[in-house]
Amino acid sequence: MRREGHQAYQYLRHDKRFPNMWCAGCGIGIVMGSLVRAVANLELEKDRVAVVSGIGCTGRMPVYLDFNTMHTTHGRALAFATGLKMARPDMTVIVVMGDGDALAIGGNHFIHAARRNIGLTAIIVNNSTYGMTGGQVSPTTPSGKLATTAPYGNIDQSFPITELAKAAGASLVARSTVYHVAELDRLLTKALQKKGFSVVEAVSYCHTGYGRLNKAGQPVDMMRALKENAVTVNAAAKLSASELQEKIVRGVLHETDLPEYTELYDQIIAQAQAQAQENQP
Amino acid sequence: MKAQFLQGNEACALGALAAGCRFFAGYPITPSTDIAEVLARQLPKVGGKFVQMEDEIASIAAVLGASVGGLKSMTATSGPGFSLMQENIGYAAMAEIPCVIVNVQRAGPSTGLPTSPSQGDVMQARWGSHGDHPIIALSPSTVREAFDLTVWAFNLSEKYRTPVILLMDEVVGHMRERTELPPPESIEVVDRVKPNVPPNWYFPYEETSADVPPFASFGEGYRFHITGLFHDRAGFPTQRLDEIQPWLDRVFNKISRHEDDIIRLGQEWVEDAATVVVAYGATARSAREAVKSARQRGRKVGLIKLFTLWPFPERIFRRLARQGKRFVIAEMNLGQLSLELERAVGRQRVQGVHRADGQLITPDEILEATRRRRMR
Repeated sequence: MRREGHQAYQYLRHDKRFPNMWCAGCGIGIVMGSLVRAVANLELEKDRVAVVSGIGCTGRMPVYLDFNTMHTTHGRALAFATGLKMARPDMTVIVVMGDGDALAIGGNHFIHAARRNIGLTAIIVNNSTYGMTGGQVSPTTPSGKLATTAPYGNIDQSFPITELAKAAGASLVARSTVYHVAELDRLLTKALQKKGFSVVEAVSYCHTGYGRLNKAGQPVDMMRALKENAVTVNAAAKLSASELQEKIVRGVLHETDLPEYTELYDQIIAQAQAQAQENQP
Repeated sequence: MKAQFLQGNEACALGALAAGCRFFAGYPITPSTDIAEVLARQLPKVGGKFVQMEDEIASIAAVLGASVGGLKSMTATSGPGFSLMQENIGYAAMAEIPCVIVNVQRAGPSTGLPTSPSQGDVMQARWGSHGDHPIIALSPSTVREAFDLTVWAFNLSEKYRTPVILLMDEVVGHMRERTELPPPESIEVVDRVKPNVPPNWYFPYEETSADVPPFASFGEGYRFHITGLFHDRAGFPTQRLDEIQPWLDRVFNKISRHEDDIIRLGQEWVEDAATVVVAYGATARSAREAVKSARQRGRKVGLIKLFTLWPFPERIFRRLARQGKRFVIAEMNLGQLSLELERAVGRQRVQGVHRADGQLITPDEILEATRRRRMR
């Protein structure tokens, strides 16, 4: 097939941006592919889609995508996107972050974006490490694992992204892995349609940083581990807590219908204008 | 317009509305909170939007996001919040996103004296964010000026695609005085220049004769990239020296080549003055009293009240120095803008009057300094 005929072709910035800057075998490109397919499935107009990112390997994703794209400061993508969404509620605003970006430096913005339930789709590519800077310990590095800044083993607990998002008030919380691409496509498609704040955790890996230090093998080995460790929501329901400990539960983990922030604000505008009208002599 | 008994912070908020501000994101902090309170109530009435964010970092970030979405946007804070905003102010300078940041200065460092005035953030306004970039900072000394300079801050930010910092102080922010606002139809409002070329021809960081490339909003059909990395004319990251230096040249030029448009100051009795008192913000009120009483005693003392702090009006002061004039500069800090003045005219010509204990500088303190024979 000619590459022009590929479904993703029209969504990528070919002329200047490729080849991409990710390590060969990285999972971030797979998430980008899923995102493109989700946008294509929904036939969203490119002019009406914005992709906002922070800093890190995942932060580089928007530059390859032919949408309205913004590569912001470390941790602040959701706050930038909040302003953009309020200015342009008609646009589909997608925020792509890594685990460090979303949960460490950007943790506060993450819980507050969820609390507002503003209509953003937050995609967190979780590779359990700071890849761009070379494998430092991140908020999702499992306890006991090695990192360049945890040379004797990580003593922090790993942040449960999806539980955090649910507790903070997100409308949709889902998770899959870069192995389960068809599911990831479906979850992203669903998240893009969901009113309110939706969170999709895409579990990935970093063979260059985390993988080498923790002797997790080649990309294929790390991909296989994702395949073997992941269980569906339905299968997980039948497992005990101890059986679930090392597992990645995939699928829609939480869904609810709550009022969306920009819609609520439109009501505020209507109310304020009605009041102003009344008070006029 | 009818005269009103208006507070500086209120006037700032009203100025923002008059300038076309339609988005405000902020976080409560004394002595700036009134600005947020007024805009939370007024913005929705004109179809604008207000959001209280989780901190000041998020506030400036949301402001930049909304500006990229096409709304004139502002935040307001004080010293501690201003410190938190610095990284994203640099982002605004790098990505050339118009926005207005109001800093109602209070005594610092750290939590300092939250309800006492200061002018301690003058250098932070210039150099607070890392890396070399130009900035515009304005400072009002009356309630009416708080209104006018807020409008002007928006106009400059839109015209030059740059963050503009409005340095108020606690006195000007909290003070109420009889104020007559200009009739709405007389207010000049400037909007950013939008591209008029087809999307394929649009380069958001292109060299233009005006040094300021047109700025499309997201969602208008010009799909482009914005980044805090050094970027080429299309907005894509670059490490090429032949793209980095021209960018630096252009963003500095867009301010320095237009200083005549950006620098505003007020002069009284300067022509024949042997000594010129230089002040801005609340301190300019004391300075004017001091100069008036010196004149009443027949002494040749003049006043320069600065509205624009950055870029610093260096050439104007050099010219006055060549005429043999000496300068007394009064500011509520331990010497910040005085350093710029010294750089421009030489240390021996400058006498500073400084205090940073949260108290206003009195006319007597300034008058006393104009009497001193030897400048140092």
